Amino acid sequence: MLRPRIIPCLLIHKGGLVKTQQFKAPKYVGDPINAVKIFNEKESDELMVVDIDATVNKVEPNYALIAKLAAECRMPLCYGGGVTTAEQASRIIDLGVEKVSVSAAAVADPGLLGRMATAIGRQSVVAVVDVRRKTGLFAKGSYEVCTHNAKTAHKLEPVAFARQLQEAGAGEIVLNSIDRDGEMKGYDIALATQVRAELKVPLTVLGGAGSLNDVGELLGACGVIGAAAGSLFVFKGQYRAVLINYPTPQQKDDLCRAALRSFQKT
Amino acid sequence: MICIVDYGVGNIQAFMTMFKRLGVDARRARAADELSVATRLILPGVGAFDQAMTLLDRSGMRPQLDEMVLQQQVPVLGICVGMQMLANGSDEGELPGLGWVPGRVRGFATHPQSRDLPMPHMGWNDLVVKPGHKLFTNFEPEPRFYFLHSFYFDADDKNDVAATAEYGHHFDCIVSKGHIHGVQCHPEKSHHFGAQLLKNFAEL
Repeated sequence: MLRPRIIPCLLIHKGGLVKTQQFKAPKYVGDPINAVKIFNEKESDELMVVDIDATVNKVEPNYALIAKLAAECRMPLCYGGGVTTAEQASRIIDLGVEKVSVSAAAVADPGLLGRMATAIGRQSVVAVVDVRRKTGLFAKGSYEVCTHNAKTAHKLEPVAFARQLQEAGAGEIVLNSIDRDGEMKGYDIALATQVRAELKVPLTVLGGAGSLNDVGELLGACGVIGAAAGSLFVFKGQYRAVLINYPTPQQKDDLCRAALRSFQKT
Repeated sequence: MICIVDYGVGNIQAFMTMFKRLGVDARRARAADELSVATRLILPGVGAFDQAMTLLDRSGMRPQLDEMVLQQQVPVLGICVGMQMLANGSDEGELPGLGWVPGRVRGFATHPQSRDLPMPHMGWNDLVVKPGHKLFTNFEPEPRFYFLHSFYFDADDKNDVAATAEYGHHFDCIVSKGHIHGVQCHPEKSHHFGAQLLKNFAEL
Protein backbone atom coordinates (compact mmCIF):
# COMPACT_ATOMS: atom_id res chain seq x y z
CA MET A 1 0.00 0.00 0.00
CA LEU A 2 1.23 3.48 -0.81
CA ARG A 3 2.21 5.36 2.35
CA PRO A 4 1.85 9.03 3.15
CA ARG A 5 5.10 10.99 2.83
CA ILE A 6 6.50 12.91 5.79
CA ILE A 7 8.89 15.49 4.39
CA PRO A 8 11.35 17.86 6.05
CA CYS A 9 11.51 21.18 4.22
CA LEU A 10 14.84 22.99 4.47
CA LEU A 11 15.29 26.65 3.58
CA ILE A 12 18.59 28.01 2.33
CA HIS A 13 19.51 31.63 2.91
CA LYS A 14 23.00 33.09 2.38
CA GLY A 15 24.41 29.58 2.11
CA GLY A 16 23.12 28.47 5.50
CA LEU A 17 20.07 26.63 6.65
CA VAL A 18 17.37 28.88 8.14
CA LYS A 19 13.84 28.70 9.46
CA THR A 20 11.40 31.55 8.98
CA GLN A 21 8.18 32.64 10.66
CA GLN A 22 5.44 33.80 8.32
CA PHE A 23 8.20 33.98 5.68
CA LYS A 24 10.13 36.54 7.77
CA ALA A 25 12.90 36.65 10.36
CA PRO A 26 15.09 33.80 9.04
CA LYS A 27 16.83 32.15 11.99
CA TYR A 28 20.08 30.30 11.31
CA VAL A 29 19.71 26.63 12.20
CA GLY A 30 22.83 25.04 10.72
CA ASP A 31 24.66 23.72 7.73
CA PRO A 32 22.55 22.28 4.88
CA ILE A 33 24.88 19.36 4.07
CA ASN A 34 25.04 18.37 7.71
CA ALA A 35 21.23 18.43 7.90
CA VAL A 36 21.00 16.17 4.83
CA LYS A 37 23.38 13.72 6.51
CA ILE A 38 21.20 13.60 9.62
CA PHE A 39 18.03 13.05 7.58
CA ASN A 40 19.83 10.24 5.73
CA GLU A 41 20.49 8.53 9.04
CA LYS A 42 16.91 9.06 10.14
CA GLU A 43 15.69 7.70 6.79
CA SER A 44 13.28 10.48 6.02
CA ASP A 45 10.75 9.84 3.26
CA GLU A 46 11.84 12.70 1.03
CA LEU A 47 13.56 16.04 1.38
CA MET A 48 12.54 19.46 0.07
CA VAL A 49 15.21 22.13 -0.23
CA VAL A 50 14.25 25.69 -1.14
CA ASP A 51 16.75 28.46 -1.82
CA ILE A 52 14.75 31.48 -0.63
CA ASP A 53 17.27 34.01 -2.02
CA ALA A 54 17.51 32.99 -5.67
CA THR A 55 14.19 34.32 -7.01
CA VAL A 56 14.26 37.52 -4.94
CA ASN A 57 17.85 38.25 -5.96
CA LYS A 58 17.06 37.25 -9.58
CA VAL A 59 19.99 34.85 -9.70
CA GLU A 60 20.30 31.36 -11.19
CA PRO A 61 20.08 28.33 -8.94
CA ASN A 62 23.36 27.60 -7.13
CA TYR A 63 24.30 24.47 -9.09
CA ALA A 64 27.43 23.80 -7.07
CA LEU A 65 25.42 23.63 -3.85
CA ILE A 66 22.67 21.54 -5.46
CA ALA A 67 25.28 19.05 -6.72
CA LYS A 68 26.69 18.73 -3.21
CA LEU A 69 23.23 18.25 -1.69
CA ALA A 70 22.23 15.70 -4.30
CA ALA A 71 25.43 13.70 -3.93
CA GLU A 72 24.91 13.51 -0.17
CA CYS A 73 21.16 12.84 -0.25
CA ARG A 74 20.11 9.18 -0.05
CA MET A 75 16.41 9.95 -0.24
CA PRO A 76 14.38 11.60 -2.99
CA LEU A 77 15.20 15.28 -3.20
CA CYS A 78 13.08 18.16 -4.45
CA TYR A 79 14.90 21.41 -5.17
CA GLY A 80 13.26 24.83 -5.55
CA GLY A 81 14.49 28.40 -5.89
CA GLY A 82 15.31 30.58 -8.87
CA VAL A 83 14.24 28.13 -11.57
CA THR A 84 12.73 29.96 -14.54
CA THR A 85 13.46 27.73 -17.55
CA ALA A 86 13.13 24.08 -18.58
CA GLU A 87 16.87 24.05 -19.34
CA GLN A 88 17.68 24.94 -15.73
CA ALA A 89 15.32 22.20 -14.54
CA SER A 90 17.10 19.65 -16.79
CA ARG A 91 20.47 20.70 -15.49
CA ILE A 92 19.26 20.25 -11.89
CA ILE A 93 17.84 16.79 -12.63
CA ASP A 94 21.18 15.82 -14.19
CA LEU A 95 22.88 16.72 -10.92
CA GLY A 96 20.95 13.89 -9.26
CA VAL A 97 17.79 15.60 -8.03
CA GLU A 98 14.42 13.81 -8.37
CA LYS A 99 12.08 16.79 -8.53
CA VAL A 100 12.30 20.48 -9.32
CA SER A 101 9.84 22.97 -7.88
CA VAL A 102 8.80 26.34 -9.20
CA SER A 103 6.58 29.01 -7.71
CA ALA A 104 7.01 32.60 -8.96
CA ALA A 105 7.99 31.43 -12.43
CA ALA A 106 4.81 29.31 -12.67
CA VAL A 107 2.66 32.29 -11.68
CA ALA A 108 4.36 34.47 -14.29
CA ASP A 109 4.15 31.77 -16.97
CA PRO A 110 2.20 28.55 -16.28
CA GLY A 111 3.39 27.31 -19.69
CA LEU A 112 6.79 26.75 -18.08
CA LEU A 113 5.35 23.68 -16.34
CA GLY A 114 4.52 22.05 -19.67
CA ARG A 115 7.99 22.77 -21.04
CA MET A 116 9.54 21.36 -17.87
CA ALA A 117 7.35 18.26 -18.16
CA THR A 118 8.60 17.70 -21.71
CA ALA A 119 12.21 18.13 -20.61
CA ILE A 120 12.30 16.18 -17.34
CA GLY A 121 9.02 14.24 -17.21
CA ARG A 122 5.88 15.38 -15.49
CA GLN A 123 6.58 13.25 -12.42
CA SER A 124 9.51 15.53 -11.60
CA VAL A 125 7.68 18.85 -11.98
CA VAL A 126 6.48 20.38 -8.71
CA ALA A 127 4.51 23.61 -8.37
CA VAL A 128 4.58 25.35 -5.00
CA VAL A 129 1.59 27.55 -4.22
CA ASP A 130 2.24 30.00 -1.38
CA VAL A 131 -1.13 31.11 0.00
CA ARG A 132 -2.13 33.82 2.47
CA ARG A 133 -5.45 34.47 4.08
CA LYS A 134 -6.74 37.81 2.89
CA THR A 135 -7.30 40.48 5.50
CA GLY A 136 -9.71 43.41 5.44
CA LEU A 137 -13.39 44.05 5.59
CA PHE A 138 -14.44 42.15 2.47
CA ALA A 139 -11.94 39.29 2.61
CA LYS A 140 -14.44 36.80 4.09
CA GLY A 141 -11.84 34.17 4.80
CA SER A 142 -10.65 33.99 1.22
CA TYR A 143 -7.05 33.44 0.17
CA GLU A 144 -4.56 34.92 -2.25
CA VAL A 145 -1.52 33.41 -3.96
CA CYS A 146 1.80 35.12 -3.21
CA THR A 147 5.34 34.89 -4.57
CA HIS A 148 8.79 36.36 -3.87
CA ASN A 149 8.77 35.23 -0.24
CA ALA A 150 5.24 36.59 0.24
CA LYS A 151 6.22 40.11 -0.84
CA THR A 152 4.14 39.99 -4.02
CA ALA A 153 0.42 39.14 -3.94
CA HIS A 154 -1.52 37.99 -7.02
CA LYS A 155 -5.22 38.07 -7.78
CA LEU A 156 -5.43 34.29 -7.91
CA GLU A 157 -7.67 31.94 -5.99
CA PRO A 158 -5.54 29.02 -4.68
CA VAL A 159 -7.86 26.08 -5.41
CA ALA A 160 -8.56 27.09 -9.01
CA PHE A 161 -4.92 28.08 -9.49
CA ALA A 162 -3.65 24.72 -8.22
CA ARG A 163 -5.93 23.01 -10.71
CA GLN A 164 -4.63 25.27 -13.47
CA LEU A 165 -1.03 24.35 -12.60
CA GLN A 166 -1.98 20.69 -12.76
CA GLU A 167 -3.48 21.19 -16.23
CA ALA A 168 -0.33 23.07 -17.27
CA GLY A 169 1.93 20.11 -16.48
CA ALA A 170 2.69 19.94 -12.75
CA GLY A 171 3.13 16.40 -11.40
CA GLU A 172 2.75 17.49 -7.79
CA ILE A 173 1.35 20.51 -6.00
CA VAL A 174 2.83 21.82 -2.76
CA LEU A 175 0.34 23.95 -0.84
CA ASN A 176 2.23 26.24 1.51
CA SER A 177 0.53 28.43 4.10
CA ILE A 178 2.29 31.75 4.66
CA ASP A 179 0.28 32.63 7.78
CA ARG A 180 1.12 29.35 9.45
CA ASP A 181 4.80 29.20 8.45
CA GLY A 182 6.91 28.67 11.58
CA GLU A 183 3.91 29.09 13.91
CA MET A 184 3.79 25.39 14.82
CA LYS A 185 0.06 25.53 15.60
CA GLY A 186 -1.20 23.05 13.03
CA TYR A 187 -1.89 22.87 9.29
CA ASP A 188 -4.68 24.68 7.47
CA ILE A 189 -6.68 21.49 7.13
CA ALA A 190 -9.81 23.06 5.67
CA LEU A 191 -7.89 24.46 2.70
CA ALA A 192 -5.82 21.29 2.29
CA THR A 193 -8.98 19.17 2.10
CA GLN A 194 -10.47 21.48 -0.48
CA VAL A 195 -7.35 21.41 -2.69
CA ARG A 196 -6.99 17.61 -2.32
CA ALA A 197 -10.53 17.09 -3.59
CA GLU A 198 -9.79 19.16 -6.72
CA LEU A 199 -6.52 17.54 -7.77
CA LYS A 200 -5.54 14.42 -9.74
CA VAL A 201 -1.83 14.82 -9.01
CA PRO A 202 -0.21 14.16 -5.62
CA LEU A 203 -0.49 16.92 -3.04
CA THR A 204 1.97 17.96 -0.35
CA VAL A 205 0.93 20.35 2.38
CA LEU A 206 3.43 22.62 4.12
CA GLY A 207 3.13 25.22 6.85
CA GLY A 208 2.09 25.02 10.48
CA ALA A 209 3.06 21.60 11.80
CA GLY A 210 4.17 21.83 15.43
CA SER A 211 3.89 18.20 16.44
CA LEU A 212 3.44 14.74 15.00
CA ASN A 213 -0.19 15.04 16.10
CA ASP A 214 -0.60 17.88 13.62
CA VAL A 215 0.81 15.61 10.91
CA GLY A 216 -1.61 12.86 11.96
CA GLU A 217 -4.53 15.26 11.82
CA LEU A 218 -3.65 16.37 8.30
CA LEU A 219 -3.30 12.79 7.05
CA GLY A 220 -6.50 11.82 8.85
CA ALA A 221 -8.31 14.53 6.87
CA CYS A 222 -6.59 14.13 3.49
CA GLY A 223 -5.43 10.47 3.32
CA VAL A 224 -2.27 9.51 1.42
CA ILE A 225 -0.61 12.86 0.73
CA GLY A 226 2.70 14.47 1.59
CA ALA A 227 2.98 16.24 4.95
CA ALA A 228 5.92 18.64 4.90
CA ALA A 229 7.30 20.66 7.78
CA GLY A 230 10.22 22.93 8.59
CA SER A 231 10.16 23.97 12.25
CA LEU A 232 8.89 20.59 13.46
CA PHE A 233 12.04 18.87 12.18
CA VAL A 234 14.63 21.51 13.10
CA PHE A 235 13.42 22.76 16.51
CA LYS A 236 12.84 21.08 19.83
CA GLY A 237 10.80 22.44 22.73
CA GLN A 238 9.03 25.73 23.36
CA TYR A 239 12.25 27.76 23.21
CA ARG A 240 12.98 26.50 19.72
CA ALA A 241 16.34 24.99 20.48
CA VAL A 242 17.86 23.82 17.23
CA LEU A 243 17.77 20.05 17.02
CA ILE A 244 17.35 18.19 13.75
CA ASN A 245 14.82 15.43 14.38
CA TYR A 246 12.49 13.07 12.53
CA PRO A 247 10.08 10.34 13.68
CA THR A 248 11.43 6.80 13.99
CA PRO A 249 10.12 4.22 11.49
CA GLN A 250 7.91 2.81 14.23
CA GLN A 251 6.48 6.24 15.16
CA LYS A 252 5.86 6.93 11.50
CA ASP A 253 4.12 3.60 10.92
CA ASP A 254 1.87 4.06 13.97
CA LEU A 255 1.07 7.63 13.01
CA CYS A 256 0.20 6.80 9.41
CA ARG A 257 -1.81 3.72 10.31
CA ALA A 258 -3.95 5.61 12.83
CA ALA A 259 -4.40 8.56 10.47
CA LEU A 260 -5.48 6.40 7.53
CA ARG A 261 -7.94 4.52 9.74
CA SER A 262 -9.63 7.75 10.69
CA PHE A 263 -9.47 8.93 7.06
CA GLN A 264 -11.30 5.83 5.88
CA LYS A 265 -14.03 6.39 8.46
CA THR A 266 -14.83 9.83 7.08
CA MET B 1 33.28 -3.88 -11.70
CA ILE B 2 29.82 -2.41 -12.09
CA CYS B 3 29.31 -0.02 -14.98
CA ILE B 4 26.46 2.45 -14.88
CA VAL B 5 25.37 3.12 -18.43
CA ASP B 6 25.49 6.89 -18.81
CA TYR B 7 23.57 7.67 -21.99
CA GLY B 8 22.44 11.09 -20.77
CA VAL B 9 19.42 10.02 -18.75
CA GLY B 10 19.06 9.37 -15.07
CA ASN B 11 20.67 9.88 -11.76
CA ILE B 12 24.18 8.44 -12.26
CA GLN B 13 25.63 10.29 -9.28
CA ALA B 14 23.15 8.74 -6.85
CA PHE B 15 24.31 5.24 -7.87
CA MET B 16 27.96 6.21 -7.61
CA THR B 17 27.36 7.50 -4.09
CA MET B 18 25.42 4.41 -3.06
CA PHE B 19 28.00 1.93 -4.44
CA LYS B 20 30.83 3.89 -2.84
CA ARG B 21 29.11 3.55 0.53
CA LEU B 22 28.64 -0.16 -0.10
CA GLY B 23 32.32 -0.52 -0.95
CA VAL B 24 31.44 -1.76 -4.43
CA ASP B 25 33.67 -0.80 -7.35
CA ALA B 26 31.51 1.15 -9.81
CA ARG B 27 32.12 3.59 -12.60
CA ARG B 28 30.10 5.39 -15.21
CA ALA B 29 30.42 4.34 -18.84
CA ARG B 30 29.81 6.89 -21.58
CA ALA B 31 31.04 4.89 -24.57
CA ALA B 32 31.10 1.30 -25.80
CA ASP B 33 34.78 0.75 -24.99
CA GLU B 34 34.21 1.88 -21.39
CA LEU B 35 31.52 -0.76 -21.01
CA SER B 36 33.68 -3.72 -21.89
CA VAL B 37 35.28 -4.02 -18.41
CA ALA B 38 31.89 -4.45 -16.74
CA THR B 39 30.93 -7.62 -14.92
CA ARG B 40 27.60 -6.01 -13.96
CA LEU B 41 25.56 -3.33 -15.72
CA ILE B 42 23.17 -0.75 -14.35
CA LEU B 43 20.76 0.77 -16.87
CA PRO B 44 19.20 3.86 -15.28
CA GLY B 45 16.46 6.03 -16.76
CA VAL B 46 14.00 8.77 -16.00
CA GLY B 47 11.51 10.75 -18.03
CA ALA B 48 9.77 9.63 -21.20
CA PHE B 49 10.24 6.18 -22.78
CA ASP B 50 10.94 7.31 -26.37
CA GLN B 51 13.38 9.96 -25.21
CA ALA B 52 15.33 7.36 -23.22
CA MET B 53 15.37 4.84 -26.11
CA THR B 54 16.47 7.55 -28.55
CA LEU B 55 19.32 8.68 -26.32
CA LEU B 56 20.47 5.11 -25.71
CA ASP B 57 20.54 4.48 -29.47
CA ARG B 58 22.43 7.73 -30.07
CA SER B 59 24.98 6.95 -27.35
CA GLY B 60 26.55 4.31 -29.58
CA MET B 61 26.56 1.83 -26.70
CA ARG B 62 23.56 -0.20 -27.86
CA PRO B 63 25.42 -2.88 -29.93
CA GLN B 64 27.96 -3.41 -27.15
CA LEU B 65 25.14 -3.71 -24.58
CA ASP B 66 23.27 -6.23 -26.73
CA GLU B 67 26.44 -8.26 -27.12
CA MET B 68 27.28 -8.20 -23.42
CA VAL B 69 23.78 -8.93 -22.14
CA LEU B 70 22.53 -11.35 -24.81
CA GLN B 71 25.74 -13.17 -25.75
CA GLN B 72 28.06 -12.89 -22.74
CA GLN B 73 25.14 -12.94 -20.28
CA VAL B 74 26.50 -10.11 -18.13
CA PRO B 75 23.98 -9.43 -15.35
CA VAL B 76 22.05 -6.19 -15.88
CA LEU B 77 19.72 -4.18 -13.66
CA GLY B 78 17.36 -1.70 -15.31
CA ILE B 79 15.97 0.98 -13.04
CA CYS B 80 12.76 3.02 -13.40
CA VAL B 81 12.53 3.86 -17.13
CA GLY B 82 15.63 1.68 -17.49
CA MET B 83 13.45 -1.22 -16.33
CA GLN B 84 10.66 -0.24 -18.72
CA MET B 85 13.18 -0.26 -21.58
CA LEU B 86 13.68 -4.00 -21.03
CA ALA B 87 10.14 -4.54 -22.38
CA ASN B 88 9.07 -4.91 -26.00
CA GLY B 89 7.43 -1.50 -26.03
CA SER B 90 5.49 1.09 -24.10
CA ASP B 91 2.08 2.68 -24.31
CA GLU B 92 3.88 5.92 -23.49
CA GLY B 93 5.78 5.97 -26.76
CA GLU B 94 6.12 4.49 -30.23
CA LEU B 95 9.67 3.15 -30.28
CA PRO B 96 10.35 -0.52 -29.61
CA GLY B 97 12.05 -1.40 -26.34
CA LEU B 98 15.08 -3.64 -25.89
CA GLY B 99 12.83 -6.71 -25.72
CA TRP B 100 15.04 -8.49 -23.18
CA VAL B 101 12.12 -9.32 -20.89
CA PRO B 102 8.92 -9.98 -22.85
CA GLY B 103 6.23 -7.57 -21.79
CA ARG B 104 4.66 -4.20 -22.39
CA VAL B 105 4.71 -0.97 -20.44
CA ARG B 106 1.22 0.32 -19.69
CA GLY B 107 -0.25 3.42 -18.05
CA PHE B 108 -2.01 3.44 -14.69
CA ALA B 109 -4.35 5.96 -16.31
CA THR B 110 -5.81 3.25 -18.55
CA HIS B 111 -6.19 0.57 -15.87
CA PRO B 112 -9.76 0.44 -14.50
CA GLN B 113 -8.61 -0.08 -10.90
CA SER B 114 -5.85 2.54 -10.92
CA ARG B 115 -7.07 5.31 -13.19
CA ASP B 116 -8.88 7.27 -10.47
CA LEU B 117 -5.88 7.40 -8.16
CA PRO B 118 -3.53 10.39 -7.99
CA MET B 119 -0.99 10.29 -10.81
CA PRO B 120 2.00 9.84 -10.79
CA HIS B 121 2.30 7.00 -8.30
CA MET B 122 4.63 8.87 -5.93
CA GLY B 123 6.06 7.79 -2.61
CA TRP B 124 6.96 4.75 -0.53
CA ASN B 125 5.15 1.53 -1.28
CA ASP B 126 5.44 -2.02 0.05
CA LEU B 127 6.82 -4.80 -2.11
CA VAL B 128 5.38 -8.27 -2.28
CA VAL B 129 8.49 -10.29 -3.08
CA LYS B 130 8.91 -13.78 -4.44
CA PRO B 131 10.24 -15.80 -1.48
CA GLY B 132 13.80 -17.04 -1.84
CA HIS B 133 14.64 -14.85 -4.82
CA LYS B 134 18.33 -13.95 -4.87
CA LEU B 135 17.68 -10.22 -5.27
CA PHE B 136 15.98 -10.24 -1.87
CA THR B 137 18.62 -11.98 0.24
CA ASN B 138 18.72 -10.52 3.78
CA PHE B 139 15.62 -8.42 3.17
CA GLU B 140 13.75 -7.24 6.24
CA PRO B 141 10.06 -8.02 6.54
CA GLU B 142 7.84 -5.38 4.90
CA PRO B 143 10.41 -4.02 2.44
CA ARG B 144 9.41 -0.64 1.11
CA PHE B 145 10.77 1.37 -1.79
CA TYR B 146 10.36 4.81 -3.32
CA PHE B 147 8.32 5.03 -6.53
CA LEU B 148 7.84 7.91 -8.95
CA HIS B 149 6.11 6.90 -12.20
CA SER B 150 2.86 6.77 -14.18
CA PHE B 151 3.65 3.75 -16.38
CA TYR B 152 4.36 0.20 -15.25
CA PHE B 153 5.79 -3.03 -16.64
CA ASP B 154 3.31 -5.77 -17.51
CA ALA B 155 5.31 -8.98 -17.99
CA ASP B 156 4.00 -11.51 -20.54
CA ASP B 157 5.23 -14.43 -18.47
CA LYS B 158 4.45 -13.93 -14.79
CA ASN B 159 7.31 -16.33 -13.97
CA ASP B 160 9.56 -13.38 -14.83
CA VAL B 161 8.02 -11.31 -12.01
CA ALA B 162 10.06 -11.14 -8.79
CA ALA B 163 7.96 -8.59 -6.92
CA THR B 164 4.72 -6.68 -7.18
CA ALA B 165 3.39 -3.56 -5.51
CA GLU B 166 -0.17 -2.38 -5.19
CA TYR B 167 -1.47 0.86 -6.61
CA GLY B 168 -5.12 0.25 -7.37
CA HIS B 169 -4.02 -3.13 -8.63
CA HIS B 170 -0.94 -5.31 -8.13
CA PHE B 171 1.55 -4.39 -10.84
CA ASP B 172 4.90 -6.00 -11.70
CA CYS B 173 7.48 -3.78 -10.03
CA ILE B 174 10.52 -6.08 -10.20
CA VAL B 175 11.20 -8.43 -13.09
CA SER B 176 13.93 -11.01 -13.22
CA LYS B 177 14.64 -13.30 -16.16
CA GLY B 178 17.87 -15.21 -15.72
CA HIS B 179 20.63 -12.59 -15.52
CA ILE B 180 18.34 -9.73 -16.62
CA HIS B 181 16.63 -7.76 -13.85
CA GLY B 182 14.58 -4.60 -13.68
CA VAL B 183 13.10 -2.57 -10.85
CA GLN B 184 10.51 0.16 -11.24
CA CYS B 185 11.25 1.71 -7.86
CA HIS B 186 14.40 3.65 -6.98
CA PRO B 187 16.81 1.55 -4.88
CA GLU B 188 19.34 4.41 -5.02
CA LYS B 189 16.85 6.54 -3.05
CA SER B 190 15.29 3.90 -0.83
CA HIS B 191 17.59 4.01 2.19
CA HIS B 192 18.73 0.66 3.61
CA PHE B 193 16.10 -1.27 1.67
CA GLY B 194 17.55 -0.04 -1.62
CA ALA B 195 21.14 -0.46 -0.43
CA GLN B 196 20.45 -4.12 0.31
CA LEU B 197 18.97 -4.69 -3.14
CA LEU B 198 21.94 -3.05 -4.89
CA LYS B 199 24.34 -5.04 -2.71
CA ASN B 200 22.51 -8.23 -3.62
CA PHE B 201 22.75 -7.37 -7.30
CA ALA B 202 26.48 -6.63 -6.94
CA GLU B 203 26.99 -10.04 -5.29
CA LEU B 204 24.85 -12.11 -7.66
